[in-house]
Amino acid sequence: MQFLCDTTSRTPIYRQLIDQVRHGVARGKLRVGDRLPSVRQLSRELVVNPNTVARAYTELEREGTLITQQGRGVFVAPPRTDLTKKARRKQLGERLDLLFVEAVHLGFTADELQAMVQDRIGQFAFVEEKGNE
Amino acid sequence: MTMTDVIRTQRLTKHYGCHRVVDSLNLRVQQGQVYGFLGRNGAGKSTTIKMLLGMVQPDSGEAELLGEPVSKLRPETRERIAYIAEGHPLYNWMTVGEVVRFTRAFYSQWNTELVEQILDHFELSRKQKLRRLSNGQRAQVSLALAVAPEPELLILDDPTLGLDTVVRRDFLESLIQIIHRKGRTILFSSHILGDVERVADRIGILVDGVLRVDCPTDHFRASVKKLVLDFPGPAPEGFECPGLVNQWRTGSQLELVLVGYDDAQRTAVESLQPRNIEVVELNLEEAFIQYTRGRRRSLPLFATEGSDDQSTRDQGAA
Repeated sequence: MQFLCDTTSRTPIYRQLIDQVRHGVARGKLRVGDRLPSVRQLSRELVVNPNTVARAYTELEREGTLITQQGRGVFVAPPRTDLTKKARRKQLGERLDLLFVEAVHLGFTADELQAMVQDRIGQFAFVEEKGNE
Repeated sequence: MTMTDVIRTQRLTKHYGCHRVVDSLNLRVQQGQVYGFLGRNGAGKSTTIKMLLGMVQPDSGEAELLGEPVSKLRPETRERIAYIAEGHPLYNWMTVGEVVRFTRAFYSQWNTELVEQILDHFELSRKQKLRRLSNGQRAQVSLALAVAPEPELLILDDPTLGLDTVVRRDFLESLIQIIHRKGRTILFSSHILGDVERVADRIGILVDGVLRVDCPTDHFRASVKKLVLDFPGPAPEGFECPGLVNQWRTGSQLELVLVGYDDAQRTAVESLQPRNIEVVELNLEEAFIQYTRGRRRSLPLFATEGSDDQSTRDQGAA
């Protein structure tokens, strides 16, 4: 995956990196177990201070998107299961409500919204169905 | 991790005539930090750098590099400090090979491999006369000469001035390589805020010789906010609150630039009873411009001590 860094953006560089990793994972460009470039590598590639890259990685690790394996590198972690399904459902529900609010205000019908959701689902890398949970 | 101050000045002051160019400067740069030293032209950056290097005598105050007073630096200590002057002055009549041999004679430690690596990378021939080099090539040669003695502290006065975009990027890449060598401390002045955002951990902003900002780079950027207020009628005049840097009125709109946007400011702004408040984030360049073109003498001071911890913020009105 190709990372970018834009200093004219109003988003700080470390935040840009976090967003790119999150999007990369969601869209399947980065898969569970994929290795990310080291802090040094990415710092050199993007010409940014290594501390900025390290900050992005640390944050991504804290939220469970990445995992560091001592001496081996930084990898994409499996989706988080530390929260209960109920808690995760609640978090997602809140986000969905925001989407609905937006859709209503933009004058979409329920069917149109449903069609758009259906249309986009294929662009993202969802977790495969598990037998029981 | 214990941090040691590689640069420390105490109430450093310099006048040119009756003009106070640098005013009671307390500058501290810790080991391993990359410090972006910013300010508009004439703010006192170069004078400060020259005082750090003992090229200009301060009127009062003290400066220490690597724990020793600048006026009493031992030669061994001086060898651990590299300086790149504005415009990359070099002896024009020498060739690249000659200037390398010449400079090498002043140092007990010299990384030949590193110099070769940099010269090769930029395809600089040893036989080329320095006078025939482009600005970009001069910058690379002076960087190679500066890092060859493996300095612990690098002081760079506007090193990318006059370089085109591509050469500037090359120069920054070299700088990042230097940063990768642990423990290196860099202080550099620059007017190109995009570059500063890329490489600096921390920034200091001089305004009329006073260090008004001294904090982590992201922290400064995030704390300068532009607010756009919409009013049902004409926008009110003469709004005042702590941390206000600038304001413009256009009809029913009032634009405010605030430093360290907090609840107290929010309350003050809301008491104007605008119809709508839009908070606009700024990038580093925009934040710098808004901050430094404010009403100079009354600019809010903005600094944090020590760590990158956002919660240790300490600021007050000047």
